[in-house]
This record gives sequence, structure tokens and C-alpha cells, in this order.
Amino acid sequence: MSDRKLASPGSIYFLLVCLLLYTPIVLLIIFSFNNSTSLVFPLKGFTLQWYVMIFKNPELLKAVGNSLMIGFGSSLVATILGTMGAIAIVRFKLAGRSTFLAVSALPLVIPYVIFGVSLLILFNEIGIKLSAFAAGLAHVIISIPYALLIISSRLVGFPDNLEEAAMDLGASYWGALLRVTIPICSPALLAAFLLCFTISFDEYAIASFLVGTDATLPVYLFSQLRFPTRLPMVVALAAILMSVTMMVMLFTEWLRRIGQSPARKG
Amino acid sequence: MENRRRFASLIGPPSLYLFLLFLLPLGLMLVYSFRAGISGEAHDTFTLDNYRSFLTNSHFHRLLWRSALISLTIAIISSLLAYPLAYYLVFQAGRNRITLMTLLIIPTWTSYLLRIFAWKLILGSSGLLNSLLLLLGVIEKASPILIYSRSAVIVTLIYVWVPFVVLPIFAALGRIDRNLLEAAADLGCKPWEAFLRVTLPLSLPGVAAGFFFAFIPTLGEFVTPLLVGGASGQMYGNLIQDQFMRALNWPMGSVMSLAMLVAVLTLVFILTRISSVSDLVEI
Amino acid sequence: MTDYAVELRNVTKVFVSGRGAKTDEVYAVKDMNLGIPTGQFFTLLGPSGCGKTTTLRLIAGFETPSSGEIYIQGKPVSRIPPNERPVNTVFQNYALFPHTNVARNVAFGLAIKRVPPDEQERLVKEALELVQLADMGRRMPSQLSGGQQQRVALARALVNQPAVLLLDEPLGALDLKLRKAMQIELKHIQEQVGITFVYVTHDQEEALTMSDYIAVMNFGLVLQLGDPATLYKKPANKFVADFIGESNFIQGKVESITKKGIRLRVLDEVITAPVADINMTMGQNATFTIRPEKMMLKTRQRGSTEALSGSVQDVVYIGTDTRYIVSLRSGESVVVRVQNGCSPDVEQFNRGDQVKVAWLPEDVRILAD
Repeated sequence: MSDRKLASPGSIYFLLVCLLLYTPIVLLIIFSFNNSTSLVFPLKGFTLQWYVMIFKNPELLKAVGNSLMIGFGSSLVATILGTMGAIAIVRFKLAGRSTFLAVSALPLVIPYVIFGVSLLILFNEIGIKLSAFAAGLAHVIISIPYALLIISSRLVGFPDNLEEAAMDLGASYWGALLRVTIPICSPALLAAFLLCFTISFDEYAIASFLVGTDATLPVYLFSQLRFPTRLPMVVALAAILMSVTMMVMLFTEWLRRIGQSPARKG
Repeated sequence: MENRRRFASLIGPPSLYLFLLFLLPLGLMLVYSFRAGISGEAHDTFTLDNYRSFLTNSHFHRLLWRSALISLTIAIISSLLAYPLAYYLVFQAGRNRITLMTLLIIPTWTSYLLRIFAWKLILGSSGLLNSLLLLLGVIEKASPILIYSRSAVIVTLIYVWVPFVVLPIFAALGRIDRNLLEAAADLGCKPWEAFLRVTLPLSLPGVAAGFFFAFIPTLGEFVTPLLVGGASGQMYGNLIQDQFMRALNWPMGSVMSLAMLVAVLTLVFILTRISSVSDLVEI
Repeated sequence: MTDYAVELRNVTKVFVSGRGAKTDEVYAVKDMNLGIPTGQFFTLLGPSGCGKTTTLRLIAGFETPSSGEIYIQGKPVSRIPPNERPVNTVFQNYALFPHTNVARNVAFGLAIKRVPPDEQERLVKEALELVQLADMGRRMPSQLSGGQQQRVALARALVNQPAVLLLDEPLGALDLKLRKAMQIELKHIQEQVGITFVYVTHDQEEALTMSDYIAVMNFGLVLQLGDPATLYKKPANKFVADFIGESNFIQGKVESITKKGIRLRVLDEVITAPVADINMTMGQNATFTIRPEKMMLKTRQRGSTEALSGSVQDVVYIGTDTRYIVSLRSGESVVVRVQNGCSPDVEQFNRGDQVKVAWLPEDVRILAD
């Protein structure tokens, strides 16, 4: 095949970029254990005090709780709606399909500030209180395109008459979806759910408009960035979040890989 | 018949949700743009004053223009930086290409706030880089490199967007039939010629997609300017946020948002002419 | 009255596409009347697009008739959805469920009917034995070959003991040898199980091999219905004659009609054909057909054969036969198949030879167009 020299300019560049991408993460993790309130070299000894501080901070814990709740909730809704949409566009070639696809894909490119302000207006008009819940409602919208794409990607790899075969054998249409289509999609469903969760959990821009006094974790973090003494705790928190996110993403990628239909491997 | 009913039942709920929480709010924003008063509370007014203000306010225009330039710069540089990465992955990484691609993508899914925060810490005057350089005796005094400026916003956003832009270029390059390159060589092309005449043109839809993916959302960026922009780095998104959160002039803010929305939709339309959505779904 | 497993009465199926002024109507099935006798191996045969698959799907319930009614075991079923009909289908792409193993695939229909687990196990075992896949229960569909997958699909359908089994070109994806073996196996299974099979194919040889009855279709219509021998020896029209086996078609003009036969003039020669079961008038143009293997090549016409003059265009040797392509004086080309090495007084001919193409009078059929 082509040249696989370890030191080719392409690979050096790639390595450099990866270094740049991972350095802040690695540094944060290292410094989260550092016994000092400022982020400077040299390191001053190992400590877990910052991690402990996290658990003693009720505000922080509440924000984490909020983020977990709306992360879970919005991902669930987005995955369900995304699945329904995916089945509709992959299995049916009827009018309205491309319009739906276009509208549901739009949130991928629309600046989040527009979501923030337009929903602020909506909630004000119809009287929904600004809260973590409100932010959660918004997160569904930005997550749906991802769920839709992941699940349709999976569905497309399978023969399109599996539902018909199930009905031929006695299942109702919805029974066929539950007994055959959904099980086949299960790795994609999980991957979509996890991705949507990650998106919601880290989302700041829209949340900043809609949470009111009900901080989510990113909102809380943002507010802490001005307090130097709180810095190490924030760093410790950052370390936890980033490690968890990375592990979840690795897991999702692994899921996507093993779940790929045989025809499309590699 | 039966088919249509099932299709409707499946597409109904997501469509309804999208309508209520995506399209309807945008419609309301349009309505608000014609109102007056704080938070658009004066329900019965209809006025074009906000539009007039917007069109005559040179500060707004300047900021809109500045944001567009910033976004453009980010998109162009990200695409230029991303292309060699995608090329390396597709043509030189062999079997490992998807693993390496994943490796590249994973950091982007960690918190964006936290990573910017981390860089602030690293580059700030009491931060890592300075302390390291001081320690090594390279410099004598700490100086805040690239913090709180327009360049900081640009560099930060490039840092965030490059991996995203790699994806569509990676997909486009991956779809190129190797036989075409062999044919080019067979017909006498040197490697760089083959690249210019075959690879590059065929990858352009992917490059365009990546470009727009970075360009369009950054038009509305306001978080990064808040974190690292300082006074000179404020963008149009900050203006909008201001109107809604501080000035409480929602009608004005609506007009400004609509202006941006129109720009965004125009760009999306152009994007769809260049590369079809189904190409991008293939990833 | 014959016992019909499936009956179609005046069934029409129209597919409409497009909108408003630009609608396009396709008549997949036109006013079809068909009775499929119980316990038979019945085949719908025809080229792509003739409506055979649509007919099958109408019986299965995946399509509803635009007009007309379908009866299964005497009961009208047009309003009954596919999952409630006593019918099961073997799909062309097998449509095995990739996420469960073979045994659970086969048991799928039973599980839905809530058959008790031990009963399920017994029935699945029986079904797999019937298709000779007794030990494959635990395998996943992706681990099986095409032929094995096809047999699982068959078992999955048969285990439900449907009144009618529908098979949609199930052997299409298999290689030639496997296909021929499966044809015989399917026939045996049908005989063993006694269920009515409705089989769809475009391969006329396959249809002739397996079927008790064949309905030849084109353009949404049944052109002829009969058992293989009848269809082969007495095709009702040009399409059927051409589609089933190989045929020669020769044009002639009716010169006289008597009780003994019809005399047809082809240029300057006259031949006699047996009385046709269609109405002929004097002076009418008619087409008659003879199978290539029923033709003989002679240097002169003899005795009780009919013959036309021509010259040899091409000689093709195919191992078992020699095919002569002969250009008749009237301009038409005919194919004559001569078996190799069967009798010493069969003459060999070369290109350019002037010959007489001969046949026995009873091997001719006059066709309606």
C-alpha cells in the first residue's frame, strides 16, 4: 500500500494536532490532583482535597443533578422521536419525507443563540417558567438530528422487508416494529442516547438563556470561572467530566462498530 | 392507505415537537420584531421602528460585519488546517484510519467550556505557559499571550472547529475511487498533479460542507467572546444576548436575530446546492 | 365444483403515481379471474413486470385490490390484514431476522400465536428436519449460506401450517446447480406436506419442472392456464409459445379450410395443418408454430411430412444437439434442433446447403396473436 513511514509529514502533523487537542485535558487531570490553588509549575504534591470539595458543595451538586436529569430526559425524548422519524424516512417513500428531513436537520447548523432567544420568547408567551426543565425542552431540539442520523444510518443497512416478513408471520405492524425493528436498532439506540446525553450535559449557550435560577452544570461552571479560589475545585470537576465523557464516547464508538451490519463492516 | 396512516403516526410526534419548539418560536420572534416595549409586552402594537433602528444603527452593522469576517476567517483557516489531516487519514493511515479519526473526535465531545477554560489557564498571565517559560528562564516577566482579544476568539474557535471540519472532508476523500488516481498516473500525472487535477476537485463538496459547518454556527457565537474576547472580540451574538438579557429590548433583539437567521438560511440554501444532505449522512 | 384454495374474481390493481395533472396509472393486474386448486403446486409465470409478484402480494395482503375480491378457502379476505390471513410467504431475499438465531426465526410465527414453548420446540424441530437443517437451530442467519438461509425461510413459513404458501422467486439468488437441486426438493416437500404452493418465477424451465399448474401472465393478464404438458404442446398464443420453451413462427395465408385440415400458403409452397381451435377465415393471415426439436432437415420432402424450402445460414454444435439456423424462401428464419448421434441416417448439413425443413403435420399449431 502507500507509504507508512512513521515520520511522514502527514503523521507528524496529525500527532501535533492530537497533542494540541489532548493537552488541556491531560493537564487539567494532572492539576486536579495538585496541592495548590494556582495552575502553575512546579507541581506541589498529590491531593484529593479538591475532589472532596466537590461533594461538599451543595450548589454544585444540585447543578450536577439538574444536568443529569435534563440530560437523561432530553436524550430519552430525542431518541424516541428520532427513532420514529428514522423509521418514517427510511421505510416509507411518501410525501413530506424530505421536508421533514430538512427541518429536522436544520438545528445542526443554526446558531444556538437563536434557539435561546426564540424559546425565551415562547416560554414567556405561554407561561412556562424558566428552569432546567425549560432548557431540557430545548435540548431535545438540538439532539433530534443526531439521533435521527445515527438510527437511520443503522436502519439503512438492513433489508427493507423485515417488517413485512414479521407481519406475514402474524405480527401487527406495531408489533413488527417492537419485535424486529427496534431490537435490530438497539446498538444505534444506545449510541444515540449517549450522544444526546453528552450534548445536553455540556450545553451552555442555550441553557444560559433558559435555566433561570435553576443552574445546570455548565451554567454553574461558567459562573465559577471568576473566582480564583474556587479554581482547583473547578479543575477537579473538569477532570471528572472530561474523563467520563471520553469514556462514554469510546463506548459509543465501540457500540457503533460491533453493531454494524455485516455488509457494511470496515 | 394503511401505509400513509403508519407513516403519519411515525412522523407526527417528532414533527409536532419540532413545530412547537423550533418553528413556532421562530414565528413568535417574527411577531415580536414588530412590537414595542420591554420584553415585547405591549401586545397590540405594530411598529416598524425596530427595523428602522436596526437599519440605521451603524454599530450593529459594524459588529455584524466584524462577526461575519471572524466567522469567515475561522472557517477558511479551519478548512485549510483540516484538509491535510483528512488527507493523511484517508490516504496514509491505512487500516487505522477510523480509530485515528475517532481519536481526533473524542476531545471535541468533552465540554467546550472546560477546554476553553483550560486554555485560558494555560495561556493566562498567571498560567501554565508563562510559569513554565519563567521557570526555564526563557522570559523575565509574565505576559498574557493572546488573552482577551479578537485573535483569541479566532484561535480558540479554530481550535474547536478543526476536528468537526475534518469529518466531511474525510468522508469525501474516502469516497474517491482509487482507480481514478491510478488512471491519472497511467496517463502521465505526477503525484502532485494527480492531487490537483483529480483528488482536490473531487473532494471539494466535502470541503464546502466542512466550511459551511464551521462558518454558519460561528456567526452566532457569543460564549467564546465572553470568555476570551475582551472588548475588541465581541461578536454579533453578544449584541443579541445583550438585547435579551440586559437591555430587555426583546423586539430589537428579535429583529437582530431575524437578520442573522436570514443570513444563516441563505447560507444553508447555498450549501444544499453544493453538496446533498444524503452525502453527509453517509458518515 | 373444484375446491379452490385461492380465488381471484375480477381483481384489478392500479398503481397511481404523481400528483394533480401529472398522474401516472399503472395497471399491474387487470380484471383477473383465477382459481388455484387446493393441494397443488401452482406457478405464476411471466417476464418482469407482468404482474405476477403483485398478484402474490395481493393474496398475501400486502396490497389491496383496486376492485374485485380475493377468496382464501372460500372466505373473502380483501379487508383482512396480512397478519390475520392463513397465508405465509417465502421472500425472495429470505428476510430472515438478523438479530435472532435460526430456531427463533422459525418459531417467530408460533411465538406470536402464543404456542406453548415445548410445543414450539417440537414444531421447530420438525420444520428444520423437513428442510434438512436439523442441527442448525442455534446458528445465526449471517452464518448460513444462501441455500441454507432459503431453507430456513421455508421452514419459518411452513411451521405455521398455512392454508397457502406463497413463494416469491425464492431460488433467484442461488447458483445453477443448487437451484436445480432445490427445485426438486421444493417439489418433494410440497408433495409431502400437501399444502397449496403458489410459486412465482420468470424461469419457464423452473416452472415446467415443478408445477402442477401454470398461469402464464403478461401485462397484468393471465394468457393461458394449464398443466406443463398442455402449455408446452398447445400454447394458446404467440406469447405463450415464445415464452415457454423455444418456438419457430411462420406466417402463411389461409387457402382452404376442410374437416381434414387447413391449407396454408407460404409464398409458392402450401402446407397442411390440423384443424385449429380458433376461428379461421379464408384469405386470413395466420401464424403457425413448431418447436425446433420437432423439425427435421432433409434434402427432399418425403411421404407424410410437411416441408418448406430454405438454405442453411448457420450451424451451431452444442454437444447434445446441433442447431441449424435455416433461412426460408419466405425470408423468415427457423431453428432446427437435431440430436447428435441418435440415428445413422440423420444427415449432416453445412452452411449454404439448400434444404427442406420438414415436420409431422400434428406437430404444428396455429396461433391466435
